[in-house]
Amino acid sequence: MAERSFKAEVADLRKGAGEVFTGEGILAITKALLENGVGYVGGYQGAPISHLMDVLADAEDLLAELGVRFSASASEAAAGAMLAASVHYPIRGAVTFKGPVGVNVASDALANLASSGVTGGALIIVGEDYGEGSSIMQERSHAFAMKSQFWLLDPRPNLPSIVKAVGDGFALSEASNTPVMLMVRIRACHVTGQFTAKDNRRPPLSVAEALDAPRRKVSRIVLPPMSYAQEHDKITHRWPAALRFIREQGLNEVFGPSQAKVGIVCQGGMYNGVIRALQRLGLADEEGATQVPLYCLNVTYPIVPEEFLAFCDGKEAVLVVEEGQPEFIEQHLATHLLRAGSATRLHGKDLFPMAGEYTGKVMLEAVEGFLRRAAPALLAAVVRAPNTPAPVIPDLSKTVPVRPPGFCTGCPERPIFAAMKLVQNELGPHQISADIGCHLFASLPPFNIGGATMGYGLGPASNAAFDGGKASGAGKRGIAVIGDGGFWHNGLTSSFGTMAFNKSDGVAVVVDNFYSAATGGQDVMSSRAQNPTKATNHPISKALKGIGITWVRQVDRTYDVAKMRDVLREALTTDAPGPKVIVASSECMLNKQRREKPLREAAIREGRRVEAPRFGVDEAVCTGDHACIRLSGCPSLSLKRLDDPLRDDPVASIDTSCVGCGNCGEVAEAAILCPSFYEARVVHNPGPFERRMAGWRRAVIGWLMRKRASGRLEFGE
Amino acid sequence: MSAAPILKLAVMAVGGQGGGVLANWIESTARAAGWAVQATSVAGVAQRTGATIYYLEMAPSGAPGFALAPSAGDVDILIAAEMMEVGRAILRGFVTPDRTLLIGSTHRALAVSEKIAPGDGIANAGEVRAAAEVAAQGLILADFEALALSAGSVISASLFGALAGSGALPFSREACEGAIRAGGKGKEASLRAFALGFDAALAGVPPVAQPVPAGTPRPQGPAHLLADWQALQDRVRTLPAPAQAMALAGLRKVVGFQDPAYGGEYLDRLARVMALDRDGILTREAAKHIANAMAYDDVIRVADEKTSAVRFARIDAEMGSPKVLELTDYTHPRGEEIVSLLPARLGGWVHSHPRLLAWIDRRVNKGRRLRTDRLGPFMQLWLLAGLRRWRRGSLRHAQEIAHLEGWLDRALAYALTNPALTMELLKARRLIKGYSDTHARGLSKFDRVMQGAALVVGRDDAADWVRRLITAALADEDGEALDGVVQTIRSF
Repeated sequence: MAERSFKAEVADLRKGAGEVFTGEGILAITKALLENGVGYVGGYQGAPISHLMDVLADAEDLLAELGVRFSASASEAAAGAMLAASVHYPIRGAVTFKGPVGVNVASDALANLASSGVTGGALIIVGEDYGEGSSIMQERSHAFAMKSQFWLLDPRPNLPSIVKAVGDGFALSEASNTPVMLMVRIRACHVTGQFTAKDNRRPPLSVAEALDAPRRKVSRIVLPPMSYAQEHDKITHRWPAALRFIREQGLNEVFGPSQAKVGIVCQGGMYNGVIRALQRLGLADEEGATQVPLYCLNVTYPIVPEEFLAFCDGKEAVLVVEEGQPEFIEQHLATHLLRAGSATRLHGKDLFPMAGEYTGKVMLEAVEGFLRRAAPALLAAVVRAPNTPAPVIPDLSKTVPVRPPGFCTGCPERPIFAAMKLVQNELGPHQISADIGCHLFASLPPFNIGGATMGYGLGPASNAAFDGGKASGAGKRGIAVIGDGGFWHNGLTSSFGTMAFNKSDGVAVVVDNFYSAATGGQDVMSSRAQNPTKATNHPISKALKGIGITWVRQVDRTYDVAKMRDVLREALTTDAPGPKVIVASSECMLNKQRREKPLREAAIREGRRVEAPRFGVDEAVCTGDHACIRLSGCPSLSLKRLDDPLRDDPVASIDTSCVGCGNCGEVAEAAILCPSFYEARVVHNPGPFERRMAGWRRAVIGWLMRKRASGRLEFGE
Repeated sequence: MSAAPILKLAVMAVGGQGGGVLANWIESTARAAGWAVQATSVAGVAQRTGATIYYLEMAPSGAPGFALAPSAGDVDILIAAEMMEVGRAILRGFVTPDRTLLIGSTHRALAVSEKIAPGDGIANAGEVRAAAEVAAQGLILADFEALALSAGSVISASLFGALAGSGALPFSREACEGAIRAGGKGKEASLRAFALGFDAALAGVPPVAQPVPAGTPRPQGPAHLLADWQALQDRVRTLPAPAQAMALAGLRKVVGFQDPAYGGEYLDRLARVMALDRDGILTREAAKHIANAMAYDDVIRVADEKTSAVRFARIDAEMGSPKVLELTDYTHPRGEEIVSLLPARLGGWVHSHPRLLAWIDRRVNKGRRLRTDRLGPFMQLWLLAGLRRWRRGSLRHAQEIAHLEGWLDRALAYALTNPALTMELLKARRLIKGYSDTHARGLSKFDRVMQGAALVVGRDDAADWVRRLITAALADEDGEALDGVVQTIRSF
């Protein structure tokens, strides 16, 4: 949004019929929305669907031409609620967020939406954040579709299939008056590929036109008695309509031979993994043609019993490939088999692990296990009885260190937690809760701060039980940490509203880095950048005062570790009643560098005076205790082994990736660590006077050095 | 099974290394050549300095059944952008002897767990290299980070060059370079790094560089001091052979710290050890630790290092020898350190008056940033460094020498009866390092180790226990592991 341009991607969105689109899955979805006449789009950013939001935010012109309204929702709940426009109006709408956390937050709106039913196609695009690379609790969005009775698409993870699913989703939604959730896994969001574009379509009815011709239908209001009728309507009308549409339009796919002893039923998203396992077993070719029949569920809810039973007909056994737990689909399928009195044996979670991602290894072992049991004749002899012993590769599990994500080089959040560590050294350990966002990295070494994360914007709320603080007779106060993203998402009302209303004695630290940084640097209400389409520059401290919190301390340079420490100490020890809130503000270094680096390089090229700071460690002064690293963890602050037989331990060393934020020096100073740190500031294009002064200083300093050297033995380096 | 096999390539990197850029280049090269290709990644929080993986599959034609994630035992080319990521790739089974070409960078980006140990927590890259030699079918290892930096670029470019140079992809060098050219930003530097990577791949795996034994450069100085040095050097030759190199290094350190006479004292202490030593090994260990103890980290030494010509030259070179360089030193002296500079008796007197000490501390104790490139602050440090000639009379010197003698006496007490124990007690000196609180913490760990040692002196395995105490003391900051070992000893 603010700092990163998506111009190239926006140009892709303009491609017309017959042109080839090349790019990531999530951008293909974005393009497909426009091709399918979407009338409005909303959502909340987060991996893996951030790019959809980012690109549309940069595509204002295109959206205006098409009459499409785009909204950067304040939360997933707001995004879900936006789909209300499709309840009464025949307008296609789409919202997006990360699942299942986004579905959790949006569930109130989605449940109401599902009960109302829709007139225009309503699509919820969920980036299912599950498995390797995920940043959240491991659950399934699937359950939400089941409990609210909306439909769930899980297309095969290639661009043409994903793009088709967008159109199918809208049509299915309209055919069954039911919202549809389109689920795309992390790798599918980022998978690259090509598809043939179509022309973008203006919505037949735009939201602007609808605004001038309002309409309502009482039967869609979620109030008794309509709400009772709606439940029945879901089952008696919408569900059969959906089954009919899925069957008639062939949304699910069958691959492979029509006659076989065994078959595999898989979620669309698992298709490629299944094919790979079959390829490795010699049962599918490089192009994906399989010898084992596959029933691929591009719609994972609802299940079409007739289709499934027809697939099972004549098969001795089928394997269900369903990632995650519990095994909802398998249970459904089992019910249908049992009711039909089928003799086909059902395998699934008996061969697959109940929990965890279906990696290539898991898939291969389970598919092989299934075939070994149900159709061993299919397996090649070499697979049936492997006899080449695998070579022994040395075990590196004790050698290779874990490498979890952490704060970036120069991150302004690091000094906040260094200060917190210093305060805890003085006042003892504290009860600390955290929120969602980059600041959560503080829970890992070297900071080891904070234990709970209850959800976005819920950091201070998750400390509510401890909010009595000293007023409740305790000697200490609880500390809660929350980011600016979380603050505007849900924090102001749920966390700070709770604190203010209950006269909390707790301490909250708002880590304000000017962006929703962890999700890709989008603007939030308090961002400092000017944004032509969004209202920014609304200080967090002002919002806090607006809800009656008076003890608010604004720190405008978090790198001042001593000041951060003093403010934290004050918050923990003051006698002032009510919530104590510290707003710690410094710009996200990743975004700052992205913005400033090109400007700085241009200035140097153009001959303007530019100061470029970098930090260093005097290796002769550093004693190799690494206390500085335990208070920093900066990637650029590393270790170096000296070529000195007298030194056992490596010394601290700062590499060239240093951005000169000064945190290490400030920490060394505030914690009284050592005098090893120095800042070396190169002055590019200095003026003639400055140059002369520097030369003169050097000459005098050189003379002093020589004078000293003349009376002693010098050994050089 | 008529179609050509699918080529599977994984890139394992640390977030921020440009793994995505590398994957893009490979993908667009393949696409430009008319190949079917697919790339995936798991971005998200893993990008922020965590281990991350990019994965590509490609085939000459058709719309093949590509997978979205690498499988153990099913990867043709594995590119790892850091040495422990090489290890992680092997650990995850992505490198197998039947098929995998492994291209790895030997440089290290240390993980937090390696950096926070108070001692040496750096993982063993040699083990990873040994495993790579077994696990990979083809192996290209080089410091691609250094190659890229030398070209003013980033590692993705040099690794791409290595991939092109390996010949594992059926695309020409020009085709690969074309992908970089199409990318725009920084392409000249990228192409230079690409070329270096390409050549490195052709050169194969260079042997591990053997450390060159440090020579003995002649010191510089006035004639009479050089004569003193010569005499000291001659004395080193009387030490047991295994100890000589270390003693010479130690001698340089203490003479540089103070003067040749101080070097004489150092050799006197070594002579004491030598007299009790059977094979010179004890003397060698003592040479290291006595030198470190004698060249303690006082304000004078810090000021001396900060104003040395060697330091200025080093920083200048590191920063690219700019015309104007501003240098700011971050210091935070405490009252205690200033008082320790006073003559021993005066300093001791101040110490016995806590209120006076506190008063001094209030005046001194604050963060001071010194612009050492300016004359005023430089002179301050230069004059402080000049106090060297009075150092031997200072309170700090008296304390340090007393501590040194106490430690040496205790360690040498067992030199004849249990030399292994003496060895470990000498090594315990390693625990004392740092400044202010860190120094105090080190001293306290040292004391606890010595106390623990006192409890086991009678045992045959006393040396083992002291070694365990030292290892534990270096494991964590607060000495929790150390307390654990002490508890165990007490339970005997």
